[in-house]
Amino acid sequence: MTIRWGSYKVKNLYDEMLRASGRPRPAAQTLSSYLRSLKDQEIEEFKVAAESAIHVMGITFTVYTEEEGTIDRAWPFDIIPRIIDKKEWQQIENGLKQRAQALNLFIDDLYNKQRIVKDKIFPAELLEDSRNFRPQCVGVNPPLGIWAHICGSDLVRDKDGTFYVLEDNLRVPSGVSYMLENRQVMKRLFSDMFDQYSILPVDDYPSQLYDTLAALSPRPGDQPEVVVLTPGIYNSAYFEHAYLAQQMGAELVEGSDLVVNQDNVVYMRTIEGLARVDVIYRRIDDLFLDPEVFHPDSLLGVPGLMRAWKAGNVALANAPGAGVADDKVVYAFVPEIIKYYLDQDALIPNVPTYKCIDKQERDHVIAHIDKMVVKPANESGGYGMLIGPQASKEEREKFVRLMRRDPRNYVAQPMLTLSTAPTLVGNRVEPRHLDLRPFILSGEQTTVTTGGLTRVALRKGSTVVNSSQGGGSKDTWIVDMEATI
Amino acid sequence: MTMLSRVASKIYWMGRYVERAENTARLINVNTHLLLDLPKRVLLGWEPIVDITSSRDYFYSLYEEADERSVVRFMVTDTRNPGSILNSLNMVREDTRTIRDIIPREAWEQTNELYLKAKTNAQSVLTQRHRYDYLRTIILGAQTINGMLAGTMIHDEGYEFLRIGRNLERADMTTRIIDVRSATLLPEMSEDLTPFANLQWMSVLKSLTAYQMYRRKMRLRISRPDVLKFLLLEETFPRAFNHTLRQVNGCLKNLPHNAKPFKLLTELQKKLLHAKPHELNQEDLHSFIDELQLSLIKIHDSIHENYF
Repeated sequence: MTIRWGSYKVKNLYDEMLRASGRPRPAAQTLSSYLRSLKDQEIEEFKVAAESAIHVMGITFTVYTEEEGTIDRAWPFDIIPRIIDKKEWQQIENGLKQRAQALNLFIDDLYNKQRIVKDKIFPAELLEDSRNFRPQCVGVNPPLGIWAHICGSDLVRDKDGTFYVLEDNLRVPSGVSYMLENRQVMKRLFSDMFDQYSILPVDDYPSQLYDTLAALSPRPGDQPEVVVLTPGIYNSAYFEHAYLAQQMGAELVEGSDLVVNQDNVVYMRTIEGLARVDVIYRRIDDLFLDPEVFHPDSLLGVPGLMRAWKAGNVALANAPGAGVADDKVVYAFVPEIIKYYLDQDALIPNVPTYKCIDKQERDHVIAHIDKMVVKPANESGGYGMLIGPQASKEEREKFVRLMRRDPRNYVAQPMLTLSTAPTLVGNRVEPRHLDLRPFILSGEQTTVTTGGLTRVALRKGSTVVNSSQGGGSKDTWIVDMEATI
Repeated sequence: MTMLSRVASKIYWMGRYVERAENTARLINVNTHLLLDLPKRVLLGWEPIVDITSSRDYFYSLYEEADERSVVRFMVTDTRNPGSILNSLNMVREDTRTIRDIIPREAWEQTNELYLKAKTNAQSVLTQRHRYDYLRTIILGAQTINGMLAGTMIHDEGYEFLRIGRNLERADMTTRIIDVRSATLLPEMSEDLTPFANLQWMSVLKSLTAYQMYRRKMRLRISRPDVLKFLLLEETFPRAFNHTLRQVNGCLKNLPHNAKPFKLLTELQKKLLHAKPHELNQEDLHSFIDELQLSLIKIHDSIHENYF
């Protein structure tokens, strides 16, 4: 035996591969014995091959630091995959579809009749202070009534193995390209396992994304001009923007490539002059989209874009304003939102969430702050969070002050014990915490990626999985055990 | 599918920078070998290499002396020199990165890999023992990129811009090498070339990978007029000035509203064919090459204005 498993213990938490007894879960048996059969040299070869594949493919992400500006880093990748049985996955998939449908109905309602507010399910004051509610979008009816065409929801498992939704990303969720690339690397390395397991493919995503986008074209019938709008190479997700454009055969454009004329139509500057654009998959935040309407000094966007969108001459995905549901306070209402619009119970539970705007709940949070994770409502990327059990006294006190000063902007959740999976550290395997980000596409149909992006907190004991803060990723295998011999 | 102006511009520059990196690698390689063959009293040295890239003043602001180590460092690895191989490859990589959706993935991977290799092993080029391998990696890498693009990229307008960039860069380098090299050769010039002068003309050909093809085509002893004729007027040799213009001509024909650059190009082609560069003395040759260079700049500007 060569990978050293000796010290791998599963204690008081859910491990994706092993049960508390130390025996592999049924779907992981074959993988587990394969890993145990690998020799040191093979593992080393795998690691080197994975690293060089990632290096050569230029899979990078960008980290922001104040001193040095931006740095490109290769995205750390762990070669041991995470396995989920297809039967379990189907439940998750249904739950995610339900969630995306309800959220889209919710957003459309907020920008139109606001029934949910009038019916007193969703508090009016929350809407008034929402940082991501865009008054400029009121009264707009995007095609099919869909606002969040692409949604990335973060799932975690607690101790008993139950999946919870941790948050929904409805603005410009990223990471799907890593999911696709990880699979490419794994097919090169673990081809034996792909023979032995029936692992469901993930490659379909770019064509599904294209279909979802193309269906939004304001000029049905013609072959629509679909473009991906990127802030440029200094954006942390630039790799993904280029990757998706390439995979879809869509044009990758920057704001300066586009122009909106007096006719309220969007054009791109080409070597033959201006050419009309029908659908924009925008990877730029709302506030930078159109300097005529939002930040007047934004150079990333396109002046007049909102005019063109409101006139129905171009489709934007996600629609501006969709982020209103991407708010950790709104998150707390999702079960009620699902009930209200679909008259169903949520298939995937929320993590219990305390809204600091409610005095009683806030007092509870403050009293138990050493057991809570406190999150600002509108930050992403794991920035500005407090992890109670790991925080110093000063940090906790700082957050108590912040919560009191701006209660609307904070929610708190009890600290979950995130599940772990074996991760290669040197030539040992050690448990590392992880989450899962599937992507949900909403259009004429709702589709969910097969699995999603598994993010791993590579630092021992850490539960922060963000790429900017020491996270890495794993390939996620949804395996059909009935079709596996 | 239409082509974004920004993308067209990036592809054009990608073509230029790949070519520049390769040409510079060849230039350094050939000079290294040439100096090994020349007697020490022939003071040819490394300064002409700096002159070929018109960066004498800038060079001397950074280095004391045009010795081998300094010039090689300046031309290959010095990131302060915008035209160094490392900088060119970095520009190729950055340009390719911004058009990753257009460039076939393999070509991007090769571009990325080549830059990383060139950067990681940068020190090795300073020693003669490892220099050949290093430069060979650059040349092969550049050729691989070109080959992959030829073999896997859609040959649409984007590809025409790539070839225009490559050929204008090549035309530029060919005229620079002729200009500088013929000047340093002048004192010894005569019909009856001394063996060393002969070596130097050979090196001119070799810098442009033209030696073997020259022999094959001209079947002549090496002589100034014949070398000039071959490098400027030959239609079939890929690095000959005339050939590069013909390539650009073919590319421009496939582009929309090409009237302005096309006119400038055909004027230059006419000028070339009516001149008899091989009969010019050194001074006239120098001013003739100046004219060619100016025309190249005008064509570049016109393409820029027209499309980017």
